[in-house]
Amino acid sequence: MKIHKYDTVIVGAGGAGMRAAIEATKRSRTAVLTKLYPTRSHTGAAQGGMAAALANVEDDNWEWHTFDTIKGGDYLVDQDAAEILAKEAIDAVLDLEKMGLPFNRTPEGNIDQRRFGGHSRNHGEAPVRRSCYAADRTGHMILQTLYQNCVKEGVEFFNEFYVLDQIMVEVDGVKKSAGVVAYELATGEIHVFQAKAVIYASGGTGKFFKVTSNAHTLTGDGQAACYRRGLPLEDMEFFQFHPTGIWRMGILLTEGARGEGGILRNKDGERFMEKYAPVMKDLASRDVVSRSIYTEIREGRGCGPAGDHVYLDLTHLPPEQLDAKLPDITEFARTYLGIEPYTDPIPIQPTAHYAMGGIPTNVMGEVLADNTTVVPGLYAAGEVACVSVHGANRLGTNSLLDINVFGRRSGIAAAEYAAKNDFVELPEDPETFVLAQVERLLNSTGKERVAALRTELQECMDANVMVFRTEQTIKTAVERISELRERYQHVAIQDKGKRFNTDLLEAVELGNLLDLAEVMAVSALARKESRGGHYREDFPNRDDVNFMRHTMAYREVGDDGIESIRLDYKPVVQTRYQPMERKY
Amino acid sequence: MATPTMDRVEAGSAASDHLLTVTFRIRRFNPEVSDESTWQDFQIDIDPKERVLDGLHKIKWELDGSLTFRRSCAHGVCGSDAMRINGKNRLACKTLIKDIVALDKTGAAAKPITIEAIKGLTVLKDLVVDMEPFFQAYRDVMPFLVTTGNEPTRERYQSAEDRERFDDTTKCILCAACTSSCPVFWNDGQYFGPAAIVNAHRFIFDSRDEAGEQRLEILNDRDGVWRCRTTFNCTDACPRGIEVTKAIQEVKRALITRRF
Ligand SMILES: Cc1cc2nc3c(=O)[nH]c(=O)nc-3n(C[C@H](O)[C@H](O)[C@H](O)COP(=O)(O)OP(=O)(O)OC[C@H]3O[C@@H](n4cnc5c(N)ncnc54)[C@H](O)[C@@H]3O)c2cc1C
Ligand code: SF4
Ligand code: FES
Repeated sequence: MKIHKYDTVIVGAGGAGMRAAIEATKRSRTAVLTKLYPTRSHTGAAQGGMAAALANVEDDNWEWHTFDTIKGGDYLVDQDAAEILAKEAIDAVLDLEKMGLPFNRTPEGNIDQRRFGGHSRNHGEAPVRRSCYAADRTGHMILQTLYQNCVKEGVEFFNEFYVLDQIMVEVDGVKKSAGVVAYELATGEIHVFQAKAVIYASGGTGKFFKVTSNAHTLTGDGQAACYRRGLPLEDMEFFQFHPTGIWRMGILLTEGARGEGGILRNKDGERFMEKYAPVMKDLASRDVVSRSIYTEIREGRGCGPAGDHVYLDLTHLPPEQLDAKLPDITEFARTYLGIEPYTDPIPIQPTAHYAMGGIPTNVMGEVLADNTTVVPGLYAAGEVACVSVHGANRLGTNSLLDINVFGRRSGIAAAEYAAKNDFVELPEDPETFVLAQVERLLNSTGKERVAALRTELQECMDANVMVFRTEQTIKTAVERISELRERYQHVAIQDKGKRFNTDLLEAVELGNLLDLAEVMAVSALARKESRGGHYREDFPNRDDVNFMRHTMAYREVGDDGIESIRLDYKPVVQTRYQPMERKY
Repeated sequence: MATPTMDRVEAGSAASDHLLTVTFRIRRFNPEVSDESTWQDFQIDIDPKERVLDGLHKIKWELDGSLTFRRSCAHGVCGSDAMRINGKNRLACKTLIKDIVALDKTGAAAKPITIEAIKGLTVLKDLVVDMEPFFQAYRDVMPFLVTTGNEPTRERYQSAEDRERFDDTTKCILCAACTSSCPVFWNDGQYFGPAAIVNAHRFIFDSRDEAGEQRLEILNDRDGVWRCRTTFNCTDACPRGIEVTKAIQEVKRALITRRF
């Protein structure tokens, strides 16, 4: 085992982690631990754009953006945070441009902007061009630009280091962060990083679903590490299902495709979104469009022999426009489906896309231990966190924004905290938990296989807690997950080596997914209403009287050693926007 | 406008029920076990419309958990899984079985699909190579925007045309398929390699950047662009369709004319 000492440690090198690193490195001795090489992070897969009311091509302002974000989130958004997001969006985009990001340009040479779902002029009057973009490679350009600037600033990376545990220490009755424990993939060695401040920026957890736009590596490691140490997870029942994933594969086809004029059609060729969202049509918010697609499918208007998908039609758009604005996604259709989008519509279905919930933080990125208490020295930003700027449903282009705004904020806040505070003394043998976990998996002689359990989990989640949920389906999920967690105790791996043991790490990741799936299902069961991404067929309406509040889920371990999940609730911060019915 | 109907895309299903039996012949190497690498065959039943990566996963998940490779996004955007497939550098997640498998008259697979680590970088285990020298060459070309003077309050202007000038090289995902397909790089590990030059190109031809001269000086080195023998292996290998050789030629020309 090795011990390292840094002022600030950042877990993750996606957009949020690297944006934080650029700030933290200037102000404190910083290390970035990442299980992937930075440029492999899933931020690079983002396509459509990043929202900011630059008003480069038409009238716009940050107040409209704030309103859209709150309405899009079905009023579960903390309004003070949404205001910060929309206000700081403008500088966030300009900062990236100055760092070198090659945005698409207007004829005048300004940053070009395009339409995106749920973003509107003057509180819902009509769609507005607010998304700043670089073809359909915006995330790739953000990830590359941030990495380039990390190289420029000399940010110190520990690549292929998996953080597996968060070290919490109680000092005078206050629980503080003392650092993290990591596993080095290349050698199998365990490293303890003592740090004054730790920032989690480890991304989402979409791999507990089968049809998903998320990478194999998005397994919620950060959420799970904090949760296991008694910290709450907020709003985990809210997961976004993006309307246009490639049928059966889940690979994303950006909403920018509809922003450019693409249309959703059922088997009769009907533009069905006109029925469900007369004003915004195909550009209504994602939860609305995903439910509409499944309604078409359920009512027998789906396409294909099994009637299990609909079409994204781009055939009426000029090929030049597709080549210039949507080169990557049209190539995905060609590569993976053998379809030519110039002439043929693309089969799509909703795909599990984005975790609205996560580690609760305030607007400085400080992690909360309960509804109000800050954990000294602990921060989170990006998809792993829940500020909450996305509420019950995130608007497209607001996450690339979120990672930049709150990545920056947490980087500054953490480094400033580190400058003013001392190291918290490490507990004796801080590596105990990770060591035991690794040893158990390496020595297990059980009969269960990781891949089989993971497939069962994914199928269970797709069947029971996706776009439509009922008490019965969620209960089924809770029971199945609990069985799977039991079986997970008997999981065995084949690779017993120290070098690049990805077999071992996949087993660890599955454990995280199982923990988080259970939190999601239990949180969903208790929310007896429909709001944003959480839709209960048995409670189809939003219930502001009983459920206008955030879920806070805590792991509890009884004296008998039995684990359970305790749910609590946290009020939503409301400033000037009164909840209204959400229509598009 | 033509109305799309349901019968037009049946053929395009992402996964059909028709399975093909194929052999993956993989070059295994694990220094914890032996200093020598060996070829190992795995037979799997797989839908030919699936990716080579799906095949590798099938082997890892069902047959041999110790098979080791890098991967993340599974759709060709993260650059993790460049490998030599049937002797050519490709991304496993962007290569469909049907496009590389040779079939005999009966429609059965005629030959194994061979898979090995990319060349020119030290193999650490199975398909995993040491990427450090590759990233070092990248870092050496100053891969970041350099500007002087006061920052404007708004964005810097750039015409759509100027933006287009370096579009091709912004697409790079640092997968190393190009560099590890280059015979010069195989023979001389000091050569910067195509990927580093591509990333230098991305900034040299960006109208906002002011360090073109410095980067050109770096590439004027004996291990710089002049090593390139224009064999086009890199362009063929690039999964992002970047015209790598052309970019290298443009950098050479800029070195001669000092105009860019
Ligand atoms: C296909 C796709 C398209 C999208 N398009 C858009 C869009 O157009 N606009 C928009 O606003 N949003 C979009 N999103 C959402 C947005 O891209 C993501 O939410 C966002 O990029 C997440 O960034 P992040 O930095 O939080 O996490 P990531 O980029 O996922 O990075 C996570 C990092 O954490 C590291 N990590 C994870 N676990 C560990 C561990 N245990 N130890 C150490 N390191 C760890 C990883 O190595 C990685 O570096 C899209 C998402 C997807 C999947
Ligand atoms: S130029 Fe192409 S092949 Fe080379 S590293 Fe970049 S993406 Fe890969
Ligand atoms: S897994 Fe990301 S490029 Fe292949």
